[in-house]
Amino acid sequence: MSEFYTSLDHFAILPALLMGLFGCAIFLFDFWLFPSAREKRYLVWFVIVTEAFVGVALYRQFAYLKSSGISSVSAFKGLLSIDGFSIFFNVMFLVAALLAALVSYRYLEEERENHGEYYGLLLMAQCGMFFLASATELVSLFIGVELMTITFYVLVGFLARDKRSNEAAIKYFILGSFSSAFLAYGFSLLYGLTGSTHLAGITAALASRPLDDPILLIAIITTTVGVLFKLAVAPFHMWAPDVYEGAPTPVTAYLAVGSKAAAIALLLRLFEGPLAGSRDMWEPMLAVVAVLTITVGNLGALSQDNIKRMLAYSAVAHAGYMLLGLVAGNETGIMGVVIYAFVYSFMNFGAFLVLIGLRQQDVRGESMEELHGLMRRNGPASVMMLVFLVSLAGIPPTAGFIAKYFIFLALIETGHYVLALIGVLYVAVAIYYYFRVVRAMFLDAPASGLNLIPSTGLRVAIVAAGIGTIGLGLFAEPFLRLAGMSILR
Amino acid sequence: MIYILLAGTFLIGLLFVAKLLRPSVPSKVKQEIYECGIPTMSNARGRYSVRFYIIAILFVVFDVETIFLFPWAVRYKQLGWFGVLEVAVFLAILFVGYIWAYKKKALRWS
Repeated sequence: MSEFYTSLDHFAILPALLMGLFGCAIFLFDFWLFPSAREKRYLVWFVIVTEAFVGVALYRQFAYLKSSGISSVSAFKGLLSIDGFSIFFNVMFLVAALLAALVSYRYLEEERENHGEYYGLLLMAQCGMFFLASATELVSLFIGVELMTITFYVLVGFLARDKRSNEAAIKYFILGSFSSAFLAYGFSLLYGLTGSTHLAGITAALASRPLDDPILLIAIITTTVGVLFKLAVAPFHMWAPDVYEGAPTPVTAYLAVGSKAAAIALLLRLFEGPLAGSRDMWEPMLAVVAVLTITVGNLGALSQDNIKRMLAYSAVAHAGYMLLGLVAGNETGIMGVVIYAFVYSFMNFGAFLVLIGLRQQDVRGESMEELHGLMRRNGPASVMMLVFLVSLAGIPPTAGFIAKYFIFLALIETGHYVLALIGVLYVAVAIYYYFRVVRAMFLDAPASGLNLIPSTGLRVAIVAAGIGTIGLGLFAEPFLRLAGMSILR
Repeated sequence: MIYILLAGTFLIGLLFVAKLLRPSVPSKVKQEIYECGIPTMSNARGRYSVRFYIIAILFVVFDVETIFLFPWAVRYKQLGWFGVLEVAVFLAILFVGYIWAYKKKALRWS
């Protein structure tokens, strides 16, 4: 290996390399290996094998960090970093991609859109997320953002014959590229101010600058706006309900979980890294945004009859809670954000999984009426849905409680009593709209002719998400230790 | 400040005076949007085949390819085997896209 590509570099980038290679392999060989539409479902195995390899690569990185006792190693002369943070988030992305692949084949067959590229695109999006969690340099981060979002534009519009899917893709594309422009502008200002694209270099350069610089303020605001757009946070949340509703449901789940966690990773990398010194500037800004987000998300979800739209608004609200953790900013708060993102990926994905099962030839499986009496039609599925909704509402003993607990604990520790109070009050609002779904499932009379027959992949995915949601709530201790290792600093 | 106001009034006044003084003889040819000799057929918002978009996108792909290849060709000796390897990786990735487009019959016109 040369000085440009050392074995450490290889070690650091291996997960992304695997995703990229296997993704390209799907694009290339899908035509020869699985020519008929019926056989495309075997590509799920391909994704599972890829994720197994990626998992091993990530585990080896983890073992390496643990055995050498250092908290972070940087590769490619500071472009990438292996640390607890990157590994923790990458596990999150791995879970999301795996669940999305498992439940997709049946859904795409129902939609008559089962093409092999879908699975390649899933891996490519994950590759972009990898760079968001691991890169420590502005250009790599930006390329990660673009790789992720451009693949998502395609995935959102994957149902080429469905008008809603097309509309969602166009909306997401226009707003997404608009926000990327903001992000690029912010990054370019940061580079112009500090003369470095490396996060460490920017941190050092900003430390010796006066903080009341208007250009620094503009740089922070534009960067934040760019990231918050991706995170679907009010006042930049308008795209979320439409896109979530129009996209194929597995993609919606992947988008809500994966891209949100990736945006959180980017946010933490920037705000706990180079921008940590200018906390006085952005803390009030983020506090206002967080409160606005929780308000808009929770109030918006109240009146939705389409469950995908309701979950979209609830996802907006959850992003607001994660922001509150960053506003608190102490160790508990940052750990709270990471825990929240992880727990959220299980419970939110789980709620979407049940909807995916409901989608059949002539049934959309999205509206409240179609869930009526699900208990009598498919008991296990509705019980699992109950678990996910209870967790989303933040009720113990599920994992959602642990997540919210740490956010509120951090807010109280740092004296943000008003923010904590607002957050807790909106949990009560959230319980109302989550339990509307529960009431529809358990108390209302069954809708006619609707039967939920889950595929094997869906069964596995629902059970996995359920184990994640309950397991993390009941046996939080080892998980919390891992989350603690992932804190930057 | 006064200077800016003066300049502004002078400008607007001049345009107004010009409007009063100039003759107004509109004709059909004069009012065409593109007065370049070729008669206009329809407006620009007509629909045309979606294939053009595919061709345009493929063009961008190969355009970007040359953008990367030219600087490499200029600095070929200095970059050495590292450059060759990097370009090979880059071309391999593009090649995947090319094969995919070929298999999807994006290059077939009929």
